[in-house]
Amino acid sequence: MLTRFVFDYARYVLKGGTKFYAWMGTLALLIVGMFYVFYLQNTEGLIVTGMTSQIHDGLYLANLVFLVGVAAGAVTIVFPAYVYHHEGMHKVTVLGEMLAISAVIMVMVFVFAHMGRPDRLWHMVPPWGIYSFSSMLGWDVLVLNGYLILNFVVGFWYLYSKYTGKPVNPKIFMPLVYISIVWALSIHTVTAFLIAVNPARPMWFHSMMPIRFITTAFAAGPALIIIAFLIIRNNTKMWIEDSAIKLLTTIVIWCLGLAIFLTLSEIVIELYARTEHANSLYYLMFGLHGLTALVPWFWSSVVLMVGAFALFMTPKFRNDMKLLPIPCAMAFVGIWIEKGMGLIVPGFIPSPIGEVTEYYPTFVEWVMTLGIWAFGFFILTILLKGAIGILLGEVRFGGAAPAASAAAVH
Amino acid sequence: MSSLMGTAALMAQPGEAKAAVEWAEHFQKNYRLMTPEEKAEARTRLEKRYSGEYSKKVSVDITEAQPGVLMGYALNIRKCIGCRRCVKACVEENNQSRGARAGERIEWIQVLRMERGEFTADKMNQGYPEGLGIQVGGNAYSPAGQVLEGQYQYTPEAVPEKDATYMPIACMQCEKPPCVKVCPVRTTYREADGPVVIDYNWCIGCKMCMGACPYWARRFNLTTPVLPKEDMNPVTHYLGNRPRMRGVVEKCHWCLQRTRHGRYPACVEVCPVGARKFGNLLDPESEVSKILARKNVFRLKAELNTFPKFFYFYD
Repeated sequence: MLTRFVFDYARYVLKGGTKFYAWMGTLALLIVGMFYVFYLQNTEGLIVTGMTSQIHDGLYLANLVFLVGVAAGAVTIVFPAYVYHHEGMHKVTVLGEMLAISAVIMVMVFVFAHMGRPDRLWHMVPPWGIYSFSSMLGWDVLVLNGYLILNFVVGFWYLYSKYTGKPVNPKIFMPLVYISIVWALSIHTVTAFLIAVNPARPMWFHSMMPIRFITTAFAAGPALIIIAFLIIRNNTKMWIEDSAIKLLTTIVIWCLGLAIFLTLSEIVIELYARTEHANSLYYLMFGLHGLTALVPWFWSSVVLMVGAFALFMTPKFRNDMKLLPIPCAMAFVGIWIEKGMGLIVPGFIPSPIGEVTEYYPTFVEWVMTLGIWAFGFFILTILLKGAIGILLGEVRFGGAAPAASAAAVH
Repeated sequence: MSSLMGTAALMAQPGEAKAAVEWAEHFQKNYRLMTPEEKAEARTRLEKRYSGEYSKKVSVDITEAQPGVLMGYALNIRKCIGCRRCVKACVEENNQSRGARAGERIEWIQVLRMERGEFTADKMNQGYPEGLGIQVGGNAYSPAGQVLEGQYQYTPEAVPEKDATYMPIACMQCEKPPCVKVCPVRTTYREADGPVVIDYNWCIGCKMCMGACPYWARRFNLTTPVLPKEDMNPVTHYLGNRPRMRGVVEKCHWCLQRTRHGRYPACVEVCPVGARKFGNLLDPESEVSKILARKNVFRLKAELNTFPKFFYFYD
């Protein structure tokens, strides 16, 4: 039965029109680029990137941190669905879980990308390697893998039950769902700890980091989900109810507002006292010693986030499903900058001995980053398409494969 | 398993030797968990590979920490003249990468050149903030003695310069090293005699330790280190100055290859003014112990509770 499931699932996913194959083909091309630069990085070394001994993490860690947030953001669907029994949300919970799976996989590929010796990753896996409980990175790897497994089990068990028509055993299923909700918070909290526990980097060393990570995650995550839902609604037979999208919009607005408030608080506190510990923030906002590479990044992020918030506040944008993707995309990109280039990179500037240097991502890094995002969307497309097929009942056990019906995604 | 592979590697033909040795190296354990036999094997393996690669007889020492020894360091900042001979000696002794590209040049010691700065009478009336009605401070100074903000690549005609002071820094060999705490594979650790070391073969290059170090003591091998055969120092220690590989982190280890055999670190030996002192903190008669007992000493960023075993003093 399980093999039938895999077979039917694969057959459904593989069926698609030109649009589908053009999309997947483009992604595949970008993935090839990713493999090539990965090869470069592991023969030439990370010297092909813009990273140095001063600024030894950049675009990769930035994307990693951001995508952990997107993965955690899936809980904004799961929580209302299972805890508040939100009707519209409950029907599409599994789509959120599919997003979480793709995002965590992207995170893991970014881990590979930023490492000097990915060939030695097994050193952190017992019994061959050593697991260090004192290392936040160790904990991060643990919770991320746990989250991946949880979402895989919960998501595919649900799909499998839809496929076979046999309901899930709630005595085991529901506890797993509740664990996954708390676990979602843990992955982003630990990621915040990962950088915040370093007093060597004053910009990161404050206890506001975890809550700031959670609020930005619960703004960026659902913003992406809203866009994905609207695409699904307009391009497939799957209908996602307005009530679900509206609830997600509310979550985005609240969390985006909180995120802006936290950023403002940080700016006031740091720049009022203006100690040496504020140098990183000052560099980010205005530049330091004449070096200003991140200034445009910061201000564009401010414009995007505040602009998105203002648009969300306008009922015309909030309620019009055609206009809604605009503030969503703005919030998503704004947070991507704030949490990525605007947080990871300035943490290294100035260095602990006061040296101010700059970081410019190289072409290799952009190809890698684009490739990993393409890889994530490749997986996401497969997962969403299969899940939609099952939710629509087009893929089900014993049911003749609906050859006549057009593929879910054209 | 690894012992079998090691033997196989050593028995193989010279042509295949390098590949076989690297293969066996790839599967060796974390150095600290190796048995004495496995350590000896790892050593033989490396000696064979290095001797081939650098066309000379290379020795890899595996001498353990000696009982009753806790290494300590003291630096007289009043004496330092900023000549940077220590930087050069360190690079030569410890087989650092010395290529032309920025990422290929690695130095473990920085001598920070600090502006002396001054307070001047003609600036007395400049307020802070300038041009606004209410002033909350003054501006009668040029930056003087700013904490750790200095240049370490400077080329004056002669040292010491009149308008500068010098502050050499390197790994502080902390008693509570934040870098060790964050390492996910426990490849970096504090040895029993004090120095914080790295098993380069176990390092995964995640760079967490670099983010955690408050003294910017760690360097990343962005590419295969550039180490010309003729310049390579063949007297090495496994945890010390043996040649590193691409993608791993390295740092000062107080010249284990020397200090475990009663010699001074290269920087101490080369210092022309005797600003650098090194010795056993547990021996009350050692120079370092005497300095701690009699001089005003301080540690960098003491508020971080890292408890460096590297002290600054002045007489």
